[in-house]
Amino acid sequence: MNPFSSGTRLRDMIRAIRACKTAAEERAVVRKECAAIRASINENDQEYRHRNLAKLMFIHMLGYPTHFGQMECLKLIASAGFPEKRIGYLGLMLLLDERQEVLMLVTNSLKQDLNHTNQYIVGLALCALGNICSAEMARDLAPEVERLLQFRDPNIRKKAALCSIRIIKKVPDLAENFINPAAALLKEKHHGVLITGVQLCTDLCKVSSEALEHFRKKCTEVLVKTLKDVANSPYAPEYDVGGITDPFLHIRLLRFLRVLGQGDADASDSMNDILAQVATKTESNKNAGNAILYECVETIMSIEDNGGLRVLAINILGRFLANRDNNIRYVALNMLMKAISVDAQAVQRHRATILECVKDSDASIRKRALELVYLLINESNVKPLTKELIDYLEVSDQEFKGDLTAKICSIVEKFSPEKIWYIDQMLKVLSEAGNFVKDEVCHALIVVISNAPDLHGYTVRALYKAFQASSEQESLVRVAVWCIGEYGDMLVKNVGMLDVEDPITVTESDAVDVAEITIKRHTSDLTTKAMALIALLKLSSRFPSCSERIRDIIVQQKGSLVLELQQRSLEFNSILEKHRNIRSALVERMPVLDEATFSGRRAGSVPTTLSPSTMASVKVPNGVVKSAAAPLVDLLDLTSDDAPAPSSSSGDFLNDILGVDLSPASAHSGASQAAKNGTDVLMDILSLGTPPAQSSSSTPDIFSLSQNQKSPVASLDGLSTSSPVSARAASSQAASSIIDLLDGLGPSPPAPENNGPAYPSVVAFESSSLRVMFDFLKSPGNPQITVIKATFTNLSSNVYADFVFQAAVPKFLQLHLDPASGNTLPANSSGTVTQTLRVTNSQHGKKSLVMRIRIAYKINGKDVLEEGQINNFPREL
Amino acid sequence: MIHFVLLISRQGKVRLTKWYSPYSQKERTKVIREISGLMLHRGPKLCNFVEWGGLKVVYKRYASLYFCMCIDPEDNELETLEVIHHFVEILDRYFGSVCELDLIFNFHKAYYILDELVIAGEIQESSKKTVARLISAQDSLVEAAKEEASSISNIIAQATK
Repeated sequence: MNPFSSGTRLRDMIRAIRACKTAAEERAVVRKECAAIRASINENDQEYRHRNLAKLMFIHMLGYPTHFGQMECLKLIASAGFPEKRIGYLGLMLLLDERQEVLMLVTNSLKQDLNHTNQYIVGLALCALGNICSAEMARDLAPEVERLLQFRDPNIRKKAALCSIRIIKKVPDLAENFINPAAALLKEKHHGVLITGVQLCTDLCKVSSEALEHFRKKCTEVLVKTLKDVANSPYAPEYDVGGITDPFLHIRLLRFLRVLGQGDADASDSMNDILAQVATKTESNKNAGNAILYECVETIMSIEDNGGLRVLAINILGRFLANRDNNIRYVALNMLMKAISVDAQAVQRHRATILECVKDSDASIRKRALELVYLLINESNVKPLTKELIDYLEVSDQEFKGDLTAKICSIVEKFSPEKIWYIDQMLKVLSEAGNFVKDEVCHALIVVISNAPDLHGYTVRALYKAFQASSEQESLVRVAVWCIGEYGDMLVKNVGMLDVEDPITVTESDAVDVAEITIKRHTSDLTTKAMALIALLKLSSRFPSCSERIRDIIVQQKGSLVLELQQRSLEFNSILEKHRNIRSALVERMPVLDEATFSGRRAGSVPTTLSPSTMASVKVPNGVVKSAAAPLVDLLDLTSDDAPAPSSSSGDFLNDILGVDLSPASAHSGASQAAKNGTDVLMDILSLGTPPAQSSSSTPDIFSLSQNQKSPVASLDGLSTSSPVSARAASSQAASSIIDLLDGLGPSPPAPENNGPAYPSVVAFESSSLRVMFDFLKSPGNPQITVIKATFTNLSSNVYADFVFQAAVPKFLQLHLDPASGNTLPANSSGTVTQTLRVTNSQHGKKSLVMRIRIAYKINGKDVLEEGQINNFPREL
Repeated sequence: MIHFVLLISRQGKVRLTKWYSPYSQKERTKVIREISGLMLHRGPKLCNFVEWGGLKVVYKRYASLYFCMCIDPEDNELETLEVIHHFVEILDRYFGSVCELDLIFNFHKAYYILDELVIAGEIQESSKKTVARLISAQDSLVEAAKEEASSISNIIAQATK
């Protein structure tokens, strides 16, 4: 005998492991044992194989790797004796799962064992097959299992039935083979076979409508009779649980009847009597009885309508709800959720009790009850229910506040009868649990506030008061700071007082205090601080007397460690110092935010990237910037509804606040940053679609010299055109102060290298009116990057004005667009516009380039939009 | 259906795991960690159900051991409690007033019993007596095989003396 492999007995190993005082000691013991087992496996030691496997299972349970023992399971299963097979199958089920390829090797042994003369061995094989078989094994072994459904011993039949469930779940096509043998099981007397047979039939109905029809026609009566027999059976000690005969069989029969009765009036009708009997006669003082009642109620609720039965069921639920046992109350709440669709009125009657459950000490019950309350709310009861929930918010556990807040916000948003109520409730939630309120809820609130001009004064005063009371709630602070920035003057002058309000005295300096406290507090996060900074800028124009103080606060942020704040502080300071004349126009109140586009925007976006051309701005309907770096932009960018937004990078938030394209020069750098920043902005541009009317509203503004428009957009456009030479030249050396202010980075067009391999030019796009040629250049050092020179030729006899080229690429590509050579395309191919694109292909060699393009231009002031997809790129790009 | 069965001691040690749905080794470790965290921290008077990742965990504490089964959200929680109790009663009958130590040293026996009770995540036998009879029949098969083996080795030993 091998002295190394003899090892210790299983019992001794367990003792040794249990004696370990530290995890390190345990690891050492396990390592030693594993080494011994490995050695023994290598020796192919048969005598200790099953002991080794038993040890491995224990080690596996402790969480150590045991894959090296998998083959031992197979060897044990293949050996002849029952003890070896028993432990082998156990190991197989424990150490492997259906996704391991090794499992396929056992198919043959399983097949032999399913045909074994020893019924216990057949049982082992069925059990293993039922627990871990894969789809392939299910296909291979289904005929054997089907045959075993008629085996003489009931214990094999019941195992085969459960095994069939696994098989039809893995391969639903096989269901029809099992319908007849399964139906035969329903006539049995043996409880085990009945339970498993009913379960098999239920699962067959889930995967096959043919099975459902068959059982509905042939078996409903048999099942009703069986249920009657079980329900009325005298005391049977073997199956008795708390005075009830075989609750497991009860429950399975009720569940199967539910499947049969759903959507079929006749079947439902035939089971009414027995359901009524079960619902009235079952003892409800023990868990087993309640389990049956619970299942029975669910069946009554699901089958076709029978008024009397439903009343019975709702009454049972009412009794459950009043029960002192938490388990019973939990299932009652669970069931009431389903009952709501059947009889909402009856559930409403229990509203008070349900509301109490929201305040339960048990998290599971609270969660269920809250879901239920949420479903119970309608226009008529929203006010009292919301009040209850908000009152409870004050005293609830921290971990429950998140769920509760989300639900309250959603209720308030969905059912609010009037805006003032909505704003009031939201302010209460923000003051109580502002830290749990999600960003989009705050955005929605701001949109609503913005849309309620007669409540601006009221809201800002209420927010000011709330801020004084609970300034540690981040979301509250954000909304407060935003509103004070926008409507600060109303706060101070008590504009738009409502009757319900008490007048308050707030000085201009008090309002500035709010922003100052926020920006200086260490716990404020970047978004909040950035919002406070903007609020300050806005207040500087609203409160000229505080202007100096505000400038001091802004200047202090020059030293901020956060680049974003530092840069903004410098820029804002510059606005305050050098551009007093435009300041008031710059920081005018935001236009009313459009509710419809806001809600549409929340629906989501399409994952495509798009780089707009730099020569003209693109109108962005709510350009969302979903970037962790500056979530603020998201909020502020709402203005871009009414203004042509530049293709800004997510960091560029001055642009976004103002929502304007400042000049072609700044747009250049904006676009180049956008390309770098993974083009999140652009994604949304595309997903929202650009209306064809875009250019008519935006582009002329930029190039027109009209300075008499009152909107901030126009005044900025005016500015940019006041230095048209430098702006159009797009070079940083001639930068005017405004360009300097907004973006110090001048565009530096990359010099394409000319020594790459040559590729033939392609006609990327051609319509009756327009041709786009692509020339390719590739730098030899970097095969991923392709420089594309796009040449646009006008084939028609009209001049194209405001020519804009946009392109979108899939995620594996990165696209960078340089400025185009011009925005006017002369007629009859008499001239061209060129534009350089740089594409980086992260899947170079695997995927070739593809691109979608969109070209917009104007013929005699009329907008034309052309779109196309380019697939004919040379493969090796 | 039952997705898995876990037996976890009050100290968080795993005493038995049985998986009826495919979970990789990594997922299993994660599941066990999450569920023992949820379960062990709940107070004694609370209900026996915890919602977890779209499924429901039904658990019950017996002395120092938590028995826990994870089921689909539409399954009957109260019945699952009965299944757990059924399992415990069979264990009790088999070991004679079962304790945690019995399950540690005879973990394979506990698995054999569970295999007679549940297959493919569904209960297969409602009679405790039948389960006990099947287990003892198989145990005696093993005993018989052992005796036979030892008698053969005795014969060989005597023959080669």
